[in-house]
Amino acid sequence: MTAATPVHQHTDQHYLAMDLLRFTTAGSVDDGKSTLIGRLLYDSKAIFEDQLEAIERATEQRGEDHLNLSLLTDGLRAEREQGITIDVAYRYFATPRRKFIVADTPGHIQYTRNMVTGASTANLAIILIDARKGVIEQTCRHSFIASLLRIPHVVVCVNKMDLVEFSEARFNEIVAAYSEFASRLEIPDIKFIPISALHGDNVVDRSPRTPWYQGSPLLYTLETVYIGSDVNHIDARFPVQTVIRPNNDEHHDFRGFAGRVAGGVFKPGDEIVSQPSGLTSRIKSIHGPAGDLEEAFAPMSVVMTLEDEIDVSRGDTITKANNPPNVTQDIEAMICWFSDKKLVPNGKYIIRHTTREAKSVIKGVRYKVNINTLHKLEGDTEIGMNDIGRIQLRTAVPLIADAYQRNRNTGSFILIDEFTNATVAAGMIL
Amino acid sequence: MSSYNLTHLAQLEHEAIFIMREVAAQFERPALLFSGGKDSIVMVRLAQKAFAPAKIPFPLVHIDTGHNFEETITFRDWLAKDTGSRLVVRYVADSIKAGRAQEEKGPNPSRNGLQTITLLDTIEEFRYDACLGGARRDEEKARAKERFFSHRDEFGQWDPKNQRPELWNLFNGRKNPGEHFRVFPLSNWTEMDVWQYIAREKLDIPSIYFTHQREVVNRNGVLLSKSPYITLLEGEKYETRTVRYRTVGDSTCTGAVESDAADLAAIIQEVASARQTERGTRADDKRSETAMEDRKKAGYF
Repeated sequence: MTAATPVHQHTDQHYLAMDLLRFTTAGSVDDGKSTLIGRLLYDSKAIFEDQLEAIERATEQRGEDHLNLSLLTDGLRAEREQGITIDVAYRYFATPRRKFIVADTPGHIQYTRNMVTGASTANLAIILIDARKGVIEQTCRHSFIASLLRIPHVVVCVNKMDLVEFSEARFNEIVAAYSEFASRLEIPDIKFIPISALHGDNVVDRSPRTPWYQGSPLLYTLETVYIGSDVNHIDARFPVQTVIRPNNDEHHDFRGFAGRVAGGVFKPGDEIVSQPSGLTSRIKSIHGPAGDLEEAFAPMSVVMTLEDEIDVSRGDTITKANNPPNVTQDIEAMICWFSDKKLVPNGKYIIRHTTREAKSVIKGVRYKVNINTLHKLEGDTEIGMNDIGRIQLRTAVPLIADAYQRNRNTGSFILIDEFTNATVAAGMIL
Repeated sequence: MSSYNLTHLAQLEHEAIFIMREVAAQFERPALLFSGGKDSIVMVRLAQKAFAPAKIPFPLVHIDTGHNFEETITFRDWLAKDTGSRLVVRYVADSIKAGRAQEEKGPNPSRNGLQTITLLDTIEEFRYDACLGGARRDEEKARAKERFFSHRDEFGQWDPKNQRPELWNLFNGRKNPGEHFRVFPLSNWTEMDVWQYIAREKLDIPSIYFTHQREVVNRNGVLLSKSPYITLLEGEKYETRTVRYRTVGDSTCTGAVESDAADLAAIIQEVASARQTERGTRADDKRSETAMEDRKKAGYF
């Protein structure tokens, strides 16, 4: 590998103005995912000499020929022993434009669980396709999960272009096949890039070997994809985490509601409605980490004070009168199951939704999804590890919720086994 | 950038504050593990911001190996006082005296591993149910797999193969009696982010992070400071070099780097062009390929 221009030497001003892109990488075994991530890290100087030396040592000990970049991310003893990735690994790199958080999700074991986890916080998913194999079952599975989790941007990298002689016709064939499949999904933004991760074509720099390709190389795409509209700035939602009462002389009457804005914009003077009580007041002040704020929006952590002393506590959500949320005990949702203990019909689970925790009962399983074909299996209601299905849920107290499609913060939940305390499912409200 | 965008450093700050408030809300007896190092100094500032105008609602806990740099200890005491926090210090030496831990043998016996025993005893003594730590995923490969909310069983052990998945902003802190959590609000921060934040917030840090003259011995490429706890091997000698510390741990296992960085701007330049990871100076990580994972499984920070 040859390093590209050093991109780590940015000035302070650059650094302080950079924004953040979280992305996830999905691929099958041997599709070059580790090589691609290794190249992005290496070319952005996020791999250090001592790390490289450690990998070289480990590669040599294993008697392998090529530098095994997967050893960078496969940090656990069991992973290195078995040569597999067990768990999502997070990697970090920065260019002068952006800082990146990569959720690197394993391609085989517990695939769905890990990809769903990585996808839950991602703005963008990279889906790798082997140019020789084209769109295969696993491509469909990865894309379905990206769509289900509402990752706003998908970049399809057609990899190993060197092995198909950088053929434009082959690339177009794959683009057509993928586009046809993706028309059944809901992915707002899809881009296609012909690459060779091994040789670096169209990863950092434009490749002279694909003169027919008019688009940007991958890194530039990651640096410039517009993420400003990925967050809901319309429906005002402020789930209260905790109440701050200093109890000292200086701030004797201070009663502030701490939380993270989950949607919309709040300003001092705004009329608010606290849910589920329906009590109303007006925002007196908003305090952020850097001082008092004129406005607060997602995903800011702030403290709000209100003009009136109304009863608001953890689990309640402060909203505005327009665009009210659903306040309901009956939920329809898609879930992904994480536990080797199967879903128990009519079983009781703890639900955690925004800052609220409550008991809930599964009222029914409507169908299971074959995640390779997207077929709904109406008769099959047995939900086990890595299965995705649609359920009806009844909660002991009302949730203050939106459809996941509308807001990822107020539309998502997890289910917890009340005996083992394990997180057994992730849910997306319909 | 539209007005509704946040810089990455602001996003990390909001995320860390959210995690800290989640800890205060979900647990009864949290504590903040404080070492006097740069990451824990950032943690204290974030905790101040998370609960202002109230005080930090949990104590600062330091597990003192007795091999710390003096500058760090002085700084620790000053910061606790300055922020009006309660400081709890427990000593590895006491664990050794009580027969619960045994001093290592050899030319630089490290108390690094012994800290785990004292730490777990301290957690039991005060019945802490969540310990906030400043560890970051970019530091070390086992830490790259760590959760924000990391479950520990009744023996304080970490089970990396069986971790709870963490999705969205939903953190599951439920546990059985006797178990506890380690919580890492800086998970997504890098070394660069920490330094930039220190500069942005104008935070005070111990003097050993800046360049100074020090007597050191070069042992296996790690520059160890002269101290009563180190025995020179044959052929080794102390020499005076111009150094600073990139990370602050025990003087017996933390190496200095040659540097003339005298202020934060110079440190940031140095970090930007560094070709070694910060833990490259930590002899404790070099003991084996999975040294960190093995210590973490046993209950280490």
